[in-house]
Amino acid sequence: MSSRSRFARSQRMTIVSGMLAFVVVLVVLQLWLLTASVNAYLGGDRAIVVPAAAASLACFGLNAGLLRYLLRLE
Amino acid sequence: MSSGTARSAPGLEPDRAAAAPDGRAMADQPKWRRDFPIDAGQDDYVSRRELVKFLVLTSGAFAAGQLWLVLKSYFELSFTGAPAAAVAAVDELPVGGAKTFEYPAGSPPRLLIRTGPASFVAYDQQCTHLLCPVVPVVDQGRLHCPCHNGWFDLATGQPVAGPPRRPLPRVTLEVRGPTVYATGVEVSPS
Repeated sequence: MSSRSRFARSQRMTIVSGMLAFVVVLVVLQLWLLTASVNAYLGGDRAIVVPAAAASLACFGLNAGLLRYLLRLE
Repeated sequence: MSSGTARSAPGLEPDRAAAAPDGRAMADQPKWRRDFPIDAGQDDYVSRRELVKFLVLTSGAFAAGQLWLVLKSYFELSFTGAPAAAVAAVDELPVGGAKTFEYPAGSPPRLLIRTGPASFVAYDQQCTHLLCPVVPVVDQGRLHCPCHNGWFDLATGQPVAGPPRRPLPRVTLEVRGPTVYATGVEVSPS
């Protein structure tokens, strides 16, 4: 751990807790998207696959950005 | 933050002080904890940070799954352009009779059913629930999956009762003279 940080640990703890809440919500959303699109795909509905993939990638991008911010906190 | 140690300064490491889980001063802790002072606050922080990392990895896996679905959809073989293939002679089956065949070669088993003197239908033999073989019940106009008591409409392949929610993929047929030909496979939306 770095000995110099912009934030005290208590502040970083608050940040990481908030971030965790966001990430959990996004991951649950992605799980729902994957379930729904596989169900639609197996039912022969291919139109939903690309928009669902775009939404899932957007969620992943947001999560990766949050993680990047978290790693830069230290 | 109201903490007096909110900011780090050169030469000062306010976070370094090990806080015991019960919040009491280190001098009041038992000897074993003073000898091995686990920093509970830092431990909590690292645990949550690692959980965030793991969840982001999970998020990447979900995104990869979605991309796989897109690629599968894009590159999926379409049998609609497959060459027609003879699957049975018209006289081979009595009305109400059925036989299995493969179309195209190497496909899952298909089921050809003669529903009338001049009418045939063909579907995947595998139930769309859990892949058990379906059995035609021509007098009731249905296909039956005995594993979980699923029923499909014989004319359309749509599920009508039981656990299946998706229709049976249908093989399109053409009767040319004395022979029945398969000409394509339709996967209709549920």
